[in-house]
Amino acid sequence: MKLDDDDFSLFGLPARYAMDIPVLDARWREMQGQVHPDRFAAEGAAAQRVAMQWAVRVNEAYRRLKDPLSRAAYLCELRGTPIDAERNTAMPGAFLMQQMAWREALDEAHSEADVQAIDDAVAGQERSLLADIATKLDKQGDPAAAADLVRALMFVRRFRADIGRRLDTFDL
Amino acid sequence: MALLQISEPGQAPDPHQRRIAVGIDLGTTNSLVAAVRHGLAECLPDAHGRVMLPSVVRYVGERGRQIGHEAAAAQAEDPENTIASVKRLMGRGLTDVAGHARLPYRFFDQPGMVAIDTRQGVKTPVEVSAEVLATLRQRAEDTFDDDLFGAVITVPAYFDDAQRQATKDAAQLAGLNVLRLINEPTAAAVAYGLDHGSEGLYAVFDLGGGTFDISLLRLARGVFEVVATGGDAALGGDDFDHALASWAAAQARVELSSPQDKRAMLVAARLAKETLTAVTEAMLSARLSGGPIDVKVTREQFDALTRPLLDRTLTAVRKVLRDAKLARDEVNGVVLVGGSTRMPSVRAAVAEFFGRPPLTDVNPDEVVAIGAAIQANALAGNAQDGELLLLDVIPLSLGLETMGGLVERVIERNTTIPVAKAQDFTTFKDGQTAMAIHVVQGERELVSDCRSLARFELRGIPPMVAGAARIRVSFQVDADGLLGVTARELVSGVEASVQVKPSYGLADDDIARMLRESFSTAEDDMRSRALREALVEAERMALATEAALLADSDLLDEAEREAIGRLVQQAREAARGTDADAITGAVESLTEGTEAFAAARMNRGIRAALTGRGLDEI
Repeated sequence: MKLDDDDFSLFGLPARYAMDIPVLDARWREMQGQVHPDRFAAEGAAAQRVAMQWAVRVNEAYRRLKDPLSRAAYLCELRGTPIDAERNTAMPGAFLMQQMAWREALDEAHSEADVQAIDDAVAGQERSLLADIATKLDKQGDPAAAADLVRALMFVRRFRADIGRRLDTFDL
Repeated sequence: MALLQISEPGQAPDPHQRRIAVGIDLGTTNSLVAAVRHGLAECLPDAHGRVMLPSVVRYVGERGRQIGHEAAAAQAEDPENTIASVKRLMGRGLTDVAGHARLPYRFFDQPGMVAIDTRQGVKTPVEVSAEVLATLRQRAEDTFDDDLFGAVITVPAYFDDAQRQATKDAAQLAGLNVLRLINEPTAAAVAYGLDHGSEGLYAVFDLGGGTFDISLLRLARGVFEVVATGGDAALGGDDFDHALASWAAAQARVELSSPQDKRAMLVAARLAKETLTAVTEAMLSARLSGGPIDVKVTREQFDALTRPLLDRTLTAVRKVLRDAKLARDEVNGVVLVGGSTRMPSVRAAVAEFFGRPPLTDVNPDEVVAIGAAIQANALAGNAQDGELLLLDVIPLSLGLETMGGLVERVIERNTTIPVAKAQDFTTFKDGQTAMAIHVVQGERELVSDCRSLARFELRGIPPMVAGAARIRVSFQVDADGLLGVTARELVSGVEASVQVKPSYGLADDDIARMLRESFSTAEDDMRSRALREALVEAERMALATEAALLADSDLLDEAEREAIGRLVQQAREAARGTDADAITGAVESLTEGTEAFAAARMNRGIRAALTGRGLDEI
């Protein structure tokens, strides 16, 4: 286990999409227990600096592995298909039409229940995209196809963030 | 005959054997200091047996100061020179302070942090807070009859970078070595969790005098992981006082114009509020310049007129649950912290929201200081079991200003610290040789709606066509939650960096100036303090390095061992002199010279701890 290992090796976990989150959580806590700067508070500045680097690296890997979207994107990249979302913006027509329809529905939704209903529908699409990504990466070994789905999922995530902001306004 | 002492394996040998470390709860209304004594964390009382020190400072005459109970008693009589609730001003500009017009002070607005004009001149909130901290430091040193090794200071989880930096500056000014800033709810959870051996998901509902925090923590085998945190840095018991005072003034048909009247009314409202905790009816009595007033208030009336404040707390609770993607029934327990949670309406609202009665058996006034003391003791290397670990988060997103006054978020709120993240930017114009970096904190899209933390410039970018330069801006948040930012042009290697201080914190020069000026309880001369600190550090580094050499010398070849041995020798030689700068220089060389060794040891330690074990063992 070295600082520049990939995230999966760093955590001693198999490099695949399927992830046992409680195991990941436990391993993260255990690793922070070893590397956190507070563990070296009584030692010198050199140990503190190294601990800081390690703690930062462990947190970075944990964050990336925990979220299914970033984990999928990371796996695509490890397998030679970077996501490159800024340059690669092509999406299937039907997907875009669905997104536009939802956006319009959100603009016209006025009650919390209406917005929540849209969020539930979008969350359903998010789940089905994740299931497809799992199949492409873990069963079919097709990172290029998975990368297309990851880009679509990023789109969906941004939309859900907008919905979340709308939901926040009902609390004020 | 004294027995030889042998340190436990894995623990750094300790030049002082037992270091005195305290936890300090620097509160809006009251402050406390606690320490672990005889294996038990407890709040330290003053000479009169009182543990709470009112966070009030009065400037008397030319140089005199009253701090605590005396000052609190003088609030109504001398409001302009008696500073209370200064925590609400920490790291804040005048326009940030809600309701500042209601406060009886002569504010001195200046870029950065607001200050208060007193009869002893202009005082910043940092200086006022330092008086309170220095009083507590003195109390601890008197208790132990020894110098302090360091302190853990608590801050509201919702404090932004400027407020944290201001708190750390105040501690430094009071002559305290800050081991760590920790969040108040986390400290409360430590005090609570360790006491009860609890596991699972806990909500800490912390309503203090001036701030409200709600934090969700997961407790598992000594690890306290903050899952999400939220709140309102400008909502607390003070606001309940203000609401009651305004209502009572309207009932009595009086105008509150003078600072004395405003203060007298607030003090009376606070007393009435506290009375209503035990009984259902109270009399609010104040002596105002126009004559005394008496207004009867029932608990029902009080609850009704403060309900909007309570609703604000519940809104924050809902938001933090949504952030954490957790439902309210997943919470295993709710811990109440802060004197304001004594209000029956607060307890009832929390119980109703979570569908379970809150846990209240740890004194809500003391629980934060006690948790801080436990952590301080662990950080000083005194704790027996190394099991306690706090994994905290940043409360507010950090980002940069981009074109059009928009915020590009670099680190999202609720990210576990320490954390580092980089983002690449490019130039906008052909031949652009400088780039302005503006660091902001907050959740809004527009820069103007976020808090400005720092501005700096990266200069000397070689002229290129627009979009060709690659400027990497790196954010690093340390375990105290404090931010440092570096910008670097990747093609040319030009670099600029800033410890985020300028816009709201104090510049180092300011700290140095204040340290030079006489300080009521910090009697130490700066030079002798610097020398003492350098000596302790040299001794610590030398011992730690020797212990490391003993344990892991096989990681080094002969030449490396000799080089490190020489550096240790040089540090020890420097420590025999009295030149603090020379000692610090030798320690710095030793630190640099052992960094690769420290890294190799870390790798070995991790491998030993984590490899060769099946996943099922975790």
